[in-house]
Amino acid sequence: MAHIADVTFNLLFDGLAYGMILFIISVGLSVTMGLMGFVNLAHGAFAMAGGFVTVTLVGKLGMPFLPALLLASVVVGAASVPFERLLYRRLYKAGELDQVLMSVGLVLIAGAAFTFVYGPAPQALKLPAALDGPVTVFGQSLSAYRLFMVAVGFLLIAALWFAFERTGVGARVRAAVDNRRMAQSLGIDVDLLFTLTFALGSGLAALGGGLAVDITGLTPAFAVQYLVFFLIVVAVGGLGSLKGAFVAALLLGIIDNAGKYLYPEGGGYFIYAATMLLLLLRPAGLYGRG
Amino acid sequence: MTYKALLLGAALGLASAAVTAPFAAADTVKVGVVLTYSGVNAEYGDQITRAMELYQKLHAADIAPNKVEFIKRDSKAPNGAAAKTEVQELITQDKVNMLAGFVFSPDAIASAPLATEAKIPMIVLNAGTAWITNLSPYIARTSFSMWQSGYPMGIYAAKELKCKTAAVGYTDYPPGKDSLEAFKRGYVGNGGQMVDEVPMGNPAQVPDFTPFFQRVKDKKPDCFYVFVPAGVHATAVVKTYNDLGMRKAGVKLIGPGDIIQDTKLQQMGDNAVGLLTMGNYAADFKNPANVAFVKAWKEAYGKDSTPDFMAVAGWDGTAAIFHVVKVLNGKIDPDKAMAALKGWKFNSPRGPIMIDPDTRDVVQNEYVEKVIKVGDKLGVEVVHTTTAVKDPCKELKVDKCGQ
Repeated sequence: MAHIADVTFNLLFDGLAYGMILFIISVGLSVTMGLMGFVNLAHGAFAMAGGFVTVTLVGKLGMPFLPALLLASVVVGAASVPFERLLYRRLYKAGELDQVLMSVGLVLIAGAAFTFVYGPAPQALKLPAALDGPVTVFGQSLSAYRLFMVAVGFLLIAALWFAFERTGVGARVRAAVDNRRMAQSLGIDVDLLFTLTFALGSGLAALGGGLAVDITGLTPAFAVQYLVFFLIVVAVGGLGSLKGAFVAALLLGIIDNAGKYLYPEGGGYFIYAATMLLLLLRPAGLYGRG
Repeated sequence: MTYKALLLGAALGLASAAVTAPFAAADTVKVGVVLTYSGVNAEYGDQITRAMELYQKLHAADIAPNKVEFIKRDSKAPNGAAAKTEVQELITQDKVNMLAGFVFSPDAIASAPLATEAKIPMIVLNAGTAWITNLSPYIARTSFSMWQSGYPMGIYAAKELKCKTAAVGYTDYPPGKDSLEAFKRGYVGNGGQMVDEVPMGNPAQVPDFTPFFQRVKDKKPDCFYVFVPAGVHATAVVKTYNDLGMRKAGVKLIGPGDIIQDTKLQQMGDNAVGLLTMGNYAADFKNPANVAFVKAWKEAYGKDSTPDFMAVAGWDGTAAIFHVVKVLNGKIDPDKAMAALKGWKFNSPRGPIMIDPDTRDVVQNEYVEKVIKVGDKLGVEVVHTTTAVKDPCKELKVDKCGQ
């Protein structure tokens, strides 16, 4: 048997890395659904679009991985603006069911559209050599890409926290979400603000989609396949809280990973068991405004 | 009177000529094809269909003037429910003469009673649970049984690779459990010692194998036998194995051929080099039947596309259907069709195959395939061949296989 300290180190690192993956694929949703309050089940469609754009830029046009990721994020963010203007905007005040129906419709259309263009098979993504393969840290063999994901996750949460909590635009977004009419009467252009926030959320979704390809794989079914995981992270974190989504993702990642290591027969159920337990203890989520 | 009678006779003669003439001509044999055409698994249905249609196109002359018509239906989620509904409709409404397809075992298992009841010959083109062929006297299989790769791999690991200890990691669904049991039988039966059996979640989960592989690494087996569905999961297996430094730790990664499916091989990257699997086919096989098959495939579907073990099962299954149509001259009688299938031999791209007259399951060679680098691409080299492998599960009468 391996040394107990090595096992603990591996469990924590692997759990942290898995949690970061969950956070990165869900962070866009914690903006559109968490902050803006729209039940945006189409999050995965934007994430998937980001994945496909990244794969195309890297595979077909030979672009390096990191610039391709950023470009994909910008492209999808921009492409989401017409969706917000034409479809989402009409339903901001509508009931949750209407929002669910519309966004699920988008998911189905996106799935069919990407199947039509790319076919149903998984897409391959060639990582840069520096991110591919193992690195040795403290005598343990770790995945370079997972280390990179951990770093990206911390960077993302820091940047988002700063943008929403410490800038004027961020304050206006929070004001507009909390009390739209009051914000409007104070002269805030709420329509524009929502369009921009939605574009940010979709851009983040795309970034997550592109980053996830190497780990989750990418097929036109991505949006449906991982929907539950996006929703779990946002729900356990608490609606409206980026910090909540972050903490929830890490917590779920570590619990799930350790559970699988120690008791593989329980396999896929740990994440759901942990979700149920956390929601029983805190029905509004870890940091929800319940 | 005579004039009228003459006229009548002529008219009757003409009429009977007009009626009998078309009968001498073509019959169209309707084959209900039930495969995955939507969702995550649509690529499997597409791959098998391409092989079937290619065979149909290239071999139309073999059964002329008769024809085979495929009526394609989507088996959707791999739980058997949709497949069963489609099969029911194909039998009652479309009045199909034969059935073919079935990507996932539950699809074949759920449909088997309908084949028996309606007496419709049913050719299984992929589903690999060993005892499927026991479910109906009207089932024949051209793909494989999970035991055909797992069992000889167990023997090979114990005898040739000389692994004293082994662990198994498997996706926790029926073919995974089948593959685990098959490997264990072959391995433990030849002196190997199992140190761990790790179920690694179901096929719908995020393919993150890190915790499972870490667990196995900490137990330090000589061989690590892994069964997962092809595709994203298989790529993740090789990646995780490499990332965790398991090769350096002295753990050999082995598995059934499913994990190096030709359509996915190139995506696995250099990490896969050296991997040993036991399978029935690789597009790199050099036998003439396969060279011709791959050439025809690439002409039809583009040079970047490749057939794989699923395509070959579709190709051979269609050959089996054509054989039946030819022998029965287009008039499908279920019992005569099954009789024609029993003992049928075919020079398949995977090597010689036969439908076992006793079990109606395929008899085929199993190859130990080593992943190698050819130029800047990955290729497959055959390092060991076991000829004419009958399904070991039924040979050994294990559990349901013995019924």
